[in-house]
Amino acid sequence: MSRRWQEALGPWFVVVALFVLWEGVVIAARLPSFVLPAPTEVFATLMQFAGPITQHSLHTLMTTLVGFAFSVVGGVALGAAIGASQVAYKAVFPVLVGFNSIPKVAIVPVLIIWFGIGTVPAVITAFLISFFPIVVNVATGIATLEPELRDVLRSLGASRLDILRKVGLPRAAPYFFASLKVAITLAFVGSIISETVGSNEGVGYLMLQASSRFQIPLVFAALVVVAAMGIGMYAIFAALERRMTGWATRGMDQAAYATGH
Amino acid sequence: MRTELKYVELDNVSLTYDGGTLAVEGLTISIARGEFAAVVGPSGCGKSTLMKLITGLAPASRGNVIVAGREVAGPLKIVGMAFQNPTLLPWRTTLDNVLLPLEIVQPYKATFRRDREKHIARAEALLATVGLKGFEQRYPWQLSGGMQQRASLCRALIHEPDLLMLDEPFAALDAFTREELWAVLQDLWLQRRFTCILVTHDLREAVYLADTVHVMSARPGRVIETTTIDIPRPRTLETTFEPHFIDLVHHLRARIAQARVAA
Ligand SMILES: Nc1ncnc2c1ncn2[C@@H]1O[C@H](COP(=O)(O)OP(=O)(O)OP(=O)(O)O)[C@@H](O)[C@H]1O
Ligand SMILES: [Mg+2]
Repeated sequence: MSRRWQEALGPWFVVVALFVLWEGVVIAARLPSFVLPAPTEVFATLMQFAGPITQHSLHTLMTTLVGFAFSVVGGVALGAAIGASQVAYKAVFPVLVGFNSIPKVAIVPVLIIWFGIGTVPAVITAFLISFFPIVVNVATGIATLEPELRDVLRSLGASRLDILRKVGLPRAAPYFFASLKVAITLAFVGSIISETVGSNEGVGYLMLQASSRFQIPLVFAALVVVAAMGIGMYAIFAALERRMTGWATRGMDQAAYATGH
Repeated sequence: MRTELKYVELDNVSLTYDGGTLAVEGLTISIARGEFAAVVGPSGCGKSTLMKLITGLAPASRGNVIVAGREVAGPLKIVGMAFQNPTLLPWRTTLDNVLLPLEIVQPYKATFRRDREKHIARAEALLATVGLKGFEQRYPWQLSGGMQQRASLCRALIHEPDLLMLDEPFAALDAFTREELWAVLQDLWLQRRFTCILVTHDLREAVYLADTVHVMSARPGRVIETTTIDIPRPRTLETTFEPHFIDLVHHLRARIAQARVAA
């Protein structure tokens, strides 16, 4: 088998192997399905409840994308602001780290009190959790501009805005796209957390309902869907990254990217 | 030399960096309009600091810096600069890299879009004079180090600055490429006669290119000697083997050795 085929099939092989191992353990240890259902049972449940699972998953996906969109807009704006100014960077960064350190699950109840049970707290949680890596990456990309290049531009009479537009933002693009694939999966986690704490729709809600009724196979079926969606979104943004910033992998040191998380 | 011909003038200038490093002290230098000046001196003696003082990127702690008859208070606006690191933008083609200053410097900036064709023609002509014809659409990472440095020179000159500042531009290149670029730079200078200040560690480079060579002392740096290079132009590689050229290089080497011992 050629190298390319090995690389293409490798991930599938690992996934299948994992399911086989899982099935084997369940059979060998005779685990009851309310402890750990076998993959075959999980997939059977997935088929059986395909309708509700799809409906709830799409809801979670929408919630995630809305929260993520907010964090892209806000993250780029704040990242550009603090990347372009040392003073702003130093002033804002500690607070940012502080916010990021708060477990989001602790905020959700507060959000529910403010906005009620439903989609709004989930969108906000998705936003809060995915915002930080975007800010850090955009700021890093802009702030790590070579001093010589800054001197060249300043001695041409470039304004701060010129430097940001001509060099800062393009330079931050690879960092930004690298952060997107991390941020989208975080946003997904954020909306599910919020749905689990208080919602009446979404995959998180579905899982909470299922586990309170001891429908453990359904919980696992939902988890499998969640994982698959996570991989899908990561793959989409990784592909976008490759498309948008091909120059970076050749011209620059890729190891320098901070991914934030 | 009459006063009105002086283009760059530093009078008894000192600069202390934030950390307390006294980089230059009592630095006095004067460079005429259209002159090619080289600055040599021991490592860390304040040569790059001198460049920053002249371009207004670092303010003097004491003393006056005057360029083109005006006291330098902030960054000068239309200087051309090139460094050891070519600092080309990897997401722009070579041509677009060279065009960058025109997108920033007035009066070009205002009409950049309208005159784009004209600017492209100029940039292509400039790239051709440094031997980069046919590489306009390549990205910097597709060029060799020497080619990148040529492009960097073009970027420093496209907006026709009166003052070109070069801080060890050829230091990272091999000897053959470096000597080729001496000729390229000399040709450009003979055509355009901008005022040029070149910092270098290569004394042959200084003597080949400059009208005057300023030797700096160890840190805190000041100019301890100014040598006029009276070799006719255009100078060629042959020139570098002539006894007078070699004498001048020897003389400068001895002065720098003294400056280093004095440190
Ligand atoms: N931004 C800075 N902040 C603090 N100290 C600095 C800064 N830049 C330079 N220095 C110090 O000032 C002194 C002169 O530095 P400068 O870069 O001007 O030397 P140089 O002559 O260009 O050296 P080299 O030949 O190695 O390039 C050095 O001791 C250096 O450590
Ligand atoms: Mg230096």
